[in-house]
Amino acid sequence: MTSGEPLLTVSGLGKSYGPVTALARVDFDLRRGEVHALVGENGAGKSTLSRIIAGITPADTGQMSLAGRRFAPRDRRDAQSCGVRMVMQELNLVGSLTVAEGLFFDCLPHRWGWINYPQLHRQARSLLDRVGLQGLDPGRALGTLGVGQQMMIEIAAGLSRRCDLLILDEPTAALTDAETGHLFAQIAAMKAAGTGILYISHRLEEIRRIADRISVLRDGRKVTCLPSAGVSLDEIVRLMVGRTLDKAAERTPRPPGPVALEVRGLRRGPVVKDVSFDVRRGEILGFAGLMGSGRTETMRALFGADLPDAGTVRLQGSSDPAVIRSPQDAVRQGLALLTENRKEQGLLLPLTVRANITLPSLTRFSGSAGWVRRAAESVEAARWIAALAIRCRGAEQPVAELSGGNQQKVVLAKWLLRDCDVLIFDEPTRGIDVGAKFEIWQLLEDLAAKGKAIVVISSDLPELMALCDRIAVLSAGRLAATFLRGEWTQHAILAAALSGYLTETSQ
Amino acid sequence: MRAANGPPVPLPPRTCRRWASVATDYLGLAAALAGLILVFSLSTQHFFSRTTFLTIANQIPAAVLVATAMTYMLLMAEIDLSVGSVLGLCSCVLGVALTRWHWPLPLAVVAGLATGLACGAFNGGVSLHWRLPSFIVTLGMLEIARGGAHAVTRSQTQYIGAPIAGIAETHALGLSLPFLMAIAVVVIAQGVLTRTVFGRYLVAIGTNEEAVRLSGIDPRPIKLTVFLITGLLVACAAVIDTSRFQSANPNAGSGLELQAIAAAVIGGTSLLGGRGSVVGTLFGVLIIAVLNSGLASVGARDETKRLVTGAVIVAAVILDQVRHRLGKAGAS
Repeated sequence: MTSGEPLLTVSGLGKSYGPVTALARVDFDLRRGEVHALVGENGAGKSTLSRIIAGITPADTGQMSLAGRRFAPRDRRDAQSCGVRMVMQELNLVGSLTVAEGLFFDCLPHRWGWINYPQLHRQARSLLDRVGLQGLDPGRALGTLGVGQQMMIEIAAGLSRRCDLLILDEPTAALTDAETGHLFAQIAAMKAAGTGILYISHRLEEIRRIADRISVLRDGRKVTCLPSAGVSLDEIVRLMVGRTLDKAAERTPRPPGPVALEVRGLRRGPVVKDVSFDVRRGEILGFAGLMGSGRTETMRALFGADLPDAGTVRLQGSSDPAVIRSPQDAVRQGLALLTENRKEQGLLLPLTVRANITLPSLTRFSGSAGWVRRAAESVEAARWIAALAIRCRGAEQPVAELSGGNQQKVVLAKWLLRDCDVLIFDEPTRGIDVGAKFEIWQLLEDLAAKGKAIVVISSDLPELMALCDRIAVLSAGRLAATFLRGEWTQHAILAAALSGYLTETSQ
Repeated sequence: MRAANGPPVPLPPRTCRRWASVATDYLGLAAALAGLILVFSLSTQHFFSRTTFLTIANQIPAAVLVATAMTYMLLMAEIDLSVGSVLGLCSCVLGVALTRWHWPLPLAVVAGLATGLACGAFNGGVSLHWRLPSFIVTLGMLEIARGGAHAVTRSQTQYIGAPIAGIAETHALGLSLPFLMAIAVVVIAQGVLTRTVFGRYLVAIGTNEEAVRLSGIDPRPIKLTVFLITGLLVACAAVIDTSRFQSANPNAGSGLELQAIAAAVIGGTSLLGGRGSVVGTLFGVLIIAVLNSGLASVGARDETKRLVTGAVIVAAVILDQVRHRLGKAGAS
């Protein structure tokens, strides 16, 4: 078993969903001991291709061979028994199980049905150590972990079984840099052992770092396959979207307006210890920080989604503190929170684009006795669909059928219609493809130019650096530093993000 | 409004298409109902008659009111298991007020309705304030109300007779007052559901309560209102049934909660919230009523009736699932 020989060969693979072609006659190969990256915008066919290989979705046409033998998995289990595993983008962990149970769910060590917990925990311990989760108790409930740690558990579960071909779909989307480092170390080890890795990601820098070859998909077709050495980011992006993007260019700074939101001494539970900051009208303020640094919790507390223990919030330069005891209070006073999990907390997935956009402003469309004026509602929904270029069949299409980027635009539209002055975005581009990402950035800049105050939380530092006027860094629940545009470097921001944890351990 | 903000606007979807989709939504249910009537009409000559349909029309008003309330509950991803017992309690309060306390009819009816409202307020208040699942709270209320019904009547059926019979026997256009009332409630409830802010919030809460809360809308007053509406509709059903039987039985309404859930589910309402309609539920009540009366007219025994009704409920849910999945596959 030498590295370099082909492990998986795919030819003429096609898949259609009704009239929509998801994949059209794609040829593809993966060698042993290779990391092969799959890039493309959402809907380009990356997920369809990988799901076919993993046995989750059957192909319409084409064939595959694995290690020289015909490979036609009936289902995911069948593929797994052939050594093909996929770690899904959407987590499928059971929250009430413990970490150890989740890791070995389909092969719990037992005698006559009674689980052998000491053995299970020993197995889990060694696996967790391997992926760099030394501090994690295998007896902890999965539901109490953060998204990043859950993803690492999911990856660890994939690593623990026989695995010749591992498919990773956006594995680092929710990982911290340290966790990403551990993951890449694991990938390197598996590579050395001859495992072929199919790696799907939107994070092009990361791909350049670990991939041997890159295949670019666009509209269900393979555009090209090229060795990653010597490829520039711009070139990959150009191949993906079929046009050049010069978005990274320096932006002219905007003159900041009056203070729109002033937060002083905000505290909430063990996570938010002391946060103070201001945002001005026409300004984009970024929030950087490691996973668990309290960014999301800070925003939820000031929005009234969770009640803060202490702290004051002042709006629009008022000298009196605003009373925000619930999200209604916040919305009434012009605050909007676009949550990190848009599917769970932002959208009514089975309902129409129209119903989602008008939800916070519905009373505005009501005539006498609370009857909704449907025509006015439809007109307004259509206006926002056009204004934000939301790609959908129309205002009556259920939001669940839209892509991630367009769903995010629906969330944005609902708050713009509500006419909020301060918009807080928590990870606005997570899981969104490159093209839609630039569109969202453009929308944020337009909003700032119109005098809205914008707060953006992001774990993607280049995103914050491209977008923000200032970047605040949270570390262990405290504001560690604030940088102005031009003053920051990636190094300085990371150092600030780590600072709170250093002082904490020394205490 | 921010009319100045966007580019020119395409016209909203044509309303005729909306009506077409409404029609197809109920086509399956109407066909099932018509099919049942046809089958029973062919298998016995006693079934297809004016008497049969009048009997059904007299039987169903209370069930329609309760099932309508249950549909609202289920749409909101809540449930009320106490409707049957609360109906019994309201009926008993009404009966005792008339027979033992000799209250005038209007005052006794008000007492009955107030009892229903109080039960709804208890269910809603407790479940919202302590954030308890409505399943548990209303399960408790199921016992409390039944106990209350037996306590106020000392477990004796209260014979009221003529004073109350008037409500069920008032007729207009050949139809009884309760039947007209039930139809009116269905029409209003469906309108409120699909055409008002309240209805939209209701569906939104059933779909994703957290998203509604973070959209700056407090779900609690809306939920409390639905609990109160349920209490009131159940009390109205109690008045109707008391009048129909001219007596108040402390065991009235036993098992009604399950019938109401069955009717809603047959009518396409999801137990997980966010999907369903009152008109569908009306079809559900009619299908169950026709099934019962049809099986009786072909001479089926009680155990056969229950077997068949159970099978129909399961079949209806399977069909609804299949239809829903086909609809989704067609759309994507």
